[in-house]
Amino acid sequence: MTDTAAHTAGNPTATSFDASLVRADFPILSTVNSHGKPLVYLDSANTSLKPLAVIEAVNGYNREYSANIHRGIYEISERATAEYERARASVARLVNAADPHDIIFVRNATEAINLVAYSWGRRNIGRGDTIVLTEMEHHANLVPWQLLVQEKDGDLEFIPITDDGHLRLDVYEALLHLRPKLVAFTHVSNMLGTINPVRELTRMAHEAGALVLVDGAQAVPHVPVDVAEIGADFYVFSGHKMLAPTGSGALWARRELLEAMPPFMAGGDMIREVHLRRSEWNDVPWKFEAGTPDIAAQIGFGAAAEYLMALGMDRVQAHEKELAKYAIETLRREIPRIEIYGPEADQRGGVVAFNVPGIHPHDVAQILDRAGVCLRAGHHCTMPLHERYDLAASARASFNVYTVPEDIDALAAGLREVVRIFER
Amino acid sequence: MDDLYRDYILEHYRKPHNFGVLEEPTASYEGANPLCGDRITMMLGIKDGMISEVAFTGRGCAISQASASLLTDEIKGKAIEDVEKLTPDDLLELIGVEISPARLKCALLSLDTVAHALAENAAKSENQAEDS
Repeated sequence: MTDTAAHTAGNPTATSFDASLVRADFPILSTVNSHGKPLVYLDSANTSLKPLAVIEAVNGYNREYSANIHRGIYEISERATAEYERARASVARLVNAADPHDIIFVRNATEAINLVAYSWGRRNIGRGDTIVLTEMEHHANLVPWQLLVQEKDGDLEFIPITDDGHLRLDVYEALLHLRPKLVAFTHVSNMLGTINPVRELTRMAHEAGALVLVDGAQAVPHVPVDVAEIGADFYVFSGHKMLAPTGSGALWARRELLEAMPPFMAGGDMIREVHLRRSEWNDVPWKFEAGTPDIAAQIGFGAAAEYLMALGMDRVQAHEKELAKYAIETLRREIPRIEIYGPEADQRGGVVAFNVPGIHPHDVAQILDRAGVCLRAGHHCTMPLHERYDLAASARASFNVYTVPEDIDALAAGLREVVRIFER
Repeated sequence: MDDLYRDYILEHYRKPHNFGVLEEPTASYEGANPLCGDRITMMLGIKDGMISEVAFTGRGCAISQASASLLTDEIKGKAIEDVEKLTPDDLLELIGVEISPARLKCALLSLDTVAHALAENAAKSENQAEDS
């Protein structure tokens, strides 16, 4: 691997790292927009920027060994297969999966949830069965379950949230008396930043006899994740939010479940034997990986996992917690009337959603865009959560390893300009 | 940045013209832009093939609300057939500031909502004609 800031950003036992060194690993951060402004990227919860190590891993595949995997009896195909499987091992190590083969490569967390809903769900959810979700789910962890219970005549129940963005565990406990078949919840909220008590939620579900799916799309890039310790049955995440290319993602699941589940998609590579009227499935994980996958993206996924492990996920979390604290303090000071949603900084990941009363978030984002500040405006695929707070939309700043306090200063300066324009 | 947030746009946003409700509209339609949560309800009073009264309510970004304000001024007192002929380009010309592709839906929601209200009204008139 090339010498990156992940390796040189200081003492690996330190509690934080030098983000300015990390920034040197991200070529896009040295670009300017059409107004000549440097990039202030505060939309990492949407998708992350990519470090050179990931870009080079992708390019390396395309330039040097762009053959298919598991198929060719020649050197570059064998190399592609080896790198693809090495990437799986890296991703497995990042989330402490016991066996790399418990990791299914998919396009993103959305595909992983759909895989579970179709493959496990259609076998195990029947008439009158209940699935418990939460009010803070991304649409990806809501709509697939809506489709499933509509088809199977089952029911959805929702754990409500408190005004400061925490799950109501007392209501959860009551919902578990309905003996749900599955409880599915997000590890970290993509709007509120709430870090949910996943171990406790999982333990309670298991005691009630339910299986557990955790949506880790906003967790794996930002906090240490240990699937063995959490003890859930399914854990899903996207590569592109954790410094990897779009088109990469993973489903981790308990081996017995994966063995028992029927294939989700059918085609090449997922079979052992095919006859005209019947086929036998390949072993897990390849049983779930029909057709030629996005090989380059998954190899980049492995490189991203290595990059994050070199930085240290404890230090990544500490870095982003500091940023959230700084952002909340700065925005409250600079824009006194700002409304910020979610828990206090010490209980959240690097996500800050807000509104400036009287100014629509789209107008906020548009004016900030001219200053080079990239911000999400809208409902962030959480319409029910916005309804919960009676909001049409919100603006959201979200952070990653390359985010520095100066980015937040630029946001605050941009917001002052927004207020100036709207109040002139 | 002042290309988009010109004073007259913000003026229409802060004090939109024709903002309110018609007690008995001939045609009414609620349009929404699901991506950003913009909402506009257009109410039309139609008399002798003319838009004699118009009002709207809604919430959303400055562009969507200013656009509705400008459009309602434009169509008041006009013949339905002329309003039906209004194109997105006509409305963009009326707004008079450069709209980026990501904001087109905000800018055009008002016209889309008027078109739906008129289409529903046309369908209603047709049914009434058949009934009589």
